[in-house]
Formats: sequence, C-alpha cells, structure tokens
Amino acid sequence: MLPGSDKLTAALAAAFEEGVLKTVTTAFGEVTVVVAADRYAGVMRTLRDRAELRFEMLIDLCGVDYSGHGGGGWDGPRFAVVCHLLSLSNNWRLRVRTFAPDDDFPVVPSLVDVWPAVNWFEREAFDLYGIMFPGHPDLRRLLTDYGFVGHPFRKDFPTSGHVEMRYDAEQKRVIYQPVTIEPREVTPRVVREENYAENE
Amino acid sequence: MNFGPQHPAAHGVLRLVLELDGEVIERADPHIGLLHRATEKLAEYKTWIQSLPYMDRLDYVSMMCNEHAYCLAIERLLGIDVPVRALYIRTMFDEITRIMNHLMWLGAHSLDVGAMTTFLYCFREREDLFDMYEAVSGARMHAAYYRPGGVYRDLPERMPQYQAMKTRNARGMKALNENRQGSLLDFIEDFTRRFPGYVDDYETLLTENRIWKQRTVGIGVVTAERAQALGFTGAMLRGSGVPWDLRRKQPYAMYDRMEFDIPVGINGDCYDRYLVRVEEMRQSNRIVRQCVEWLRHNPGPVITDNHKVAPPSREAMKENMEELIHHFKLFSEGFHVPAGEVYAAIEHPKGEFGVYAISDGANKPYRIKLRPPDYVHLAALDEMSRGHMIADVVAILGTQDIVFGSIDR
Repeated sequence: MLPGSDKLTAALAAAFEEGVLKTVTTAFGEVTVVVAADRYAGVMRTLRDRAELRFEMLIDLCGVDYSGHGGGGWDGPRFAVVCHLLSLSNNWRLRVRTFAPDDDFPVVPSLVDVWPAVNWFEREAFDLYGIMFPGHPDLRRLLTDYGFVGHPFRKDFPTSGHVEMRYDAEQKRVIYQPVTIEPREVTPRVVREENYAENE
Repeated sequence: MNFGPQHPAAHGVLRLVLELDGEVIERADPHIGLLHRATEKLAEYKTWIQSLPYMDRLDYVSMMCNEHAYCLAIERLLGIDVPVRALYIRTMFDEITRIMNHLMWLGAHSLDVGAMTTFLYCFREREDLFDMYEAVSGARMHAAYYRPGGVYRDLPERMPQYQAMKTRNARGMKALNENRQGSLLDFIEDFTRRFPGYVDDYETLLTENRIWKQRTVGIGVVTAERAQALGFTGAMLRGSGVPWDLRRKQPYAMYDRMEFDIPVGINGDCYDRYLVRVEEMRQSNRIVRQCVEWLRHNPGPVITDNHKVAPPSREAMKENMEELIHHFKLFSEGFHVPAGEVYAAIEHPKGEFGVYAISDGANKPYRIKLRPPDYVHLAALDEMSRGHMIADVVAILGTQDIVFGSIDR
C-alpha cells in the first residue's frame, strides 16, 4: 500500500547486522520485523536515531496472545508485543514484533526512554495481557476497574468475565458474585482449509 | 484534588486526580476506563461484519471515520476493489464527519472556557449534518454505512422532509423544508454554500475575543519535537507546526484527487490548535463541494459485486439459487478473511485512527487493535498541564478533543 517498502527493507538490511532482526517480511505492502526480546530495546533506539531510518513516532503498541491462533495449532511463544512505528521524514511505516520468552511470566523491556508516547500503551498491554515492562515508571492498571483480578484480553479469559456486580438489598451494598450468565456463541469460529471454495 | 468523573468539563467520564500546589498543577493523573467495553475483545467473538457497528460507538462524534479505518483494514486483507463512486461517497462523508466533529469540539471547548453562544451555534449546524447521516443511512449517529467493499447504499434521490407538526404553521413548515426539496446532494450543496458564513460567525465570536485569547494563548504549549515524541497526530501535531496529514502523505479513498490546504500552527498552544481546526472546517467544506460535483455527474455501483463479501441485491437473492447461497452464507457464517495482518490508518478528525487487524483465516478476527488518537493525547495531559492553573486544565482537555468512547474502547 505504502510506497518505498523496498527502500525500507534495504535501509534495514544496511542498518543492522545479520541475525539482529530475526525476520523481515513484506506482506500487504507493510514491512514487519521480528526481534528477540533481549535485542528489542537496542533495535528500537537505533530505529529512532539512525539517520537513514528516523522513526520519530511510535504510533501504537499492543499485546497479542497467540495461543489459539489458526484454530489452536500455534506453537511458539504465547505472548507478543507489536509496535507500529512511523517515520515522518521518510513517510515509512514499520511493524516490530517481539515475543516474550516466558509464557508464564511474559517480560519485555519498556520503551519509555525511547518514545514517551509508549507510556499508556504499555500500561494497557500490562492491564489486558499481563505483560511486564521492566523500566516502566508507573506500571498500573489502566482500563479495567480498580481492584480488577486477571488479564481480560488473554484468550483463556471468558468474554463474560468471572465476576458480576450487583446491589444486594439485604446487605445494603454493592457486592461481587460469580457470573450467572452462561457463555454462548451464536456463530462458531471456523477456519477453513486452504483453497476452500476456490474451484468454481 | 479529584476532578470528575461526573464533571461537565470532563467530556464524559474522565476522572482526573490532580496534585496541586495552591492553584498550580504539579501532577495530573487521568484515570480512564470508566467507559471500557472491551470492543477489541468482543470483536474477536463476532464475525468481521458484525463488529462494524461497534466502530461507530468508539468515537461517537465522528462515527463514519471509525468505520472507514475498519473497512480499509478488511479490504486490504481481502484484496478487493471498491467502486470509485463509493470512494467519493466515503471521502465526502469523512469530511462531513470532520465538520461534525470539529463543531462538537468547538462548541464544547468554548463552553468549557466560558463562551455559551458558540455552543448553540455549533449544535444548530450539527443538526443539518445529522440529517445528512439520517438520509443516507437511516441513523442519526451510529450509521453503520460504510461496509467492506463500498457503502451500504447509494445516496437517496429525495431528501426527507419535515412532516406537519402542531407547533408550526404552514409557512413555518415551508421554511423548514425549503432546502429539502431536492436530493441529498442538493441539500449538502446548500449546506456547503451556507457553512463558510457560519464559520465566519464563530470566528467573529472567538478569534479576536480578548477573553478567549487570554484563556488559550500560551496554554499547553508543545514543541514540534516533543509532539512527535509524545505521538501526537492530527491537529495536535499540526498545531505545533508539523505539516503532517495522512490525507496528503498516505492518501486513501479519493484524497489524492482533492484540492485542499493543510493549515499549520506556529506556537503549538491551544489558540493555534483552535485556528488549525477552524481552518480545517473550511477546507473540509471545500472537499465536500468537490465530491458533490463529481457525484452529481458520475452514477455507478457503490459496493463491490463480489458477493462473497457484499450481499447480493434482494431481488437477485430471491430469484437466483447461487445468490441465495451467498446471502445465506454471508449472514450466517460471514466471510473469511485470508490470514495475515494489516494496519490501516486514516486521518480521523482527531488525528490518526488506526486499526491493526490480525486474521488467522477464520470468519472472525483473531485480534483487533484500535489506535485512538485522543488516547495518546490524553496520555500527555500530565506533561501539558504541569505548571498551569486549575482552570487551564479545562482548556487543555478541551483542546485535546477527547471523547471517551474511543479512549476507553
């Protein structure tokens, strides 16, 4: 979609030694880079500071839970952090993905020193996915309620949640109780095999 | 000090915890999430098309722009082409939405700062824009008009008119319906003729107004470098002097054919951002006029004829077995989107609104991440308001143009 993705991949190849970027792929006109978690902070700093790259802006950062991807056959680390960078001077966009090595305690270094814009995005990723960002000055929950338990955007967290809130007339206060509605799915999730319905 | 969540100047449900030294702000800590509905999570459990109406409810003062970004993401993943007429309609309604959003912003911002009149004027004009929404989609706010592959239907040939009511006599009714005699395009064109005069009215009230200037000049100054580091987009970035507009730099829909100027501020304060947005309204008006002109002379389809994505016509569906199957499959299982990931961004009235969609080939998204512009702006509230007085926080909140539907998602 965007012009200059060839130039961007060439500039990336020139800027980084082999092996620093695990993969560089171009799909739908967008360039995606996968970086190991221990190299992540350094790579991001280079992306911002190097004269040919100059990604001045971090547009977005989000967590992704890959368990269940493609109908459950995902093998690889479960949690990833995906950043979208924008270079105003070159008019480039770049997506950087890094997987958290430990599935039970996902940790990815914080980028607050590189782009201050990342502050709330990292808080959100921590809140919704439980990804820890060492180096973040203020890693509190952001979107969920005060005293919320769990990380709601993980794939094993039900859409209806675990607790519901109501006013109890006898105790004369608002109480939490386990959810009483049953989860239901009207349209099932279907992943078709390849080439399905292509032979007409 | 606690500010909100029910404070009228908090633009919805913002709770702001302020640490003060006398009346001077030392730290501002916004507590958001009171309107959190987990749109992104809900989208994972709905088919692609079913989550489209949720997009209206994100930034509920610029509904169609949100839909646009979502549709763009799906269209890129599917690799389908959108008819040119649909692209023009989208361009036109994006700009109508931009005017709508800026009117809301101008009204609310000036009301926060103490000017009542602009608020009433702005809402008077917004009424006409809502009528355009209603004429085209049937809903005044949550339109669900843009669809993957085009728009839901063509522009109506007849603009709906007011019905007789007890509070108005025949002459009053005639005056109300005067500009509704023709098609929707006639109505829009009439509006674009009137609108520059209205903007002049707002400017007479505010631009040289001493109180308005005292409240906004030099408040919440952000330098160009800092604005980039903080991730500002849209008028917040342009107000600081960076001429960055996705409509020009990474054009989508028909913006590469449109003539318009991009206003840029100098000082990066609330007043400059006000000037930028007011000028944007005039430019949007220009774009709408160009679209109306084109749409008058170029009829054609408004949604893709790929019935794997867009439903067939009712008539065809009832006469043709193949189309019936398409209809049934589309509305039960939905369409499948090839595996992959895209980030589609548009120049939303508030800044860059992005939709990051990951598909694993199913009929539902694997992950949707919405990137609201005002979320990033609100995150910078702490930095922008430090050292200012309490009353300035309200001016800064107003200039950021925040809407909680999109911040909390």
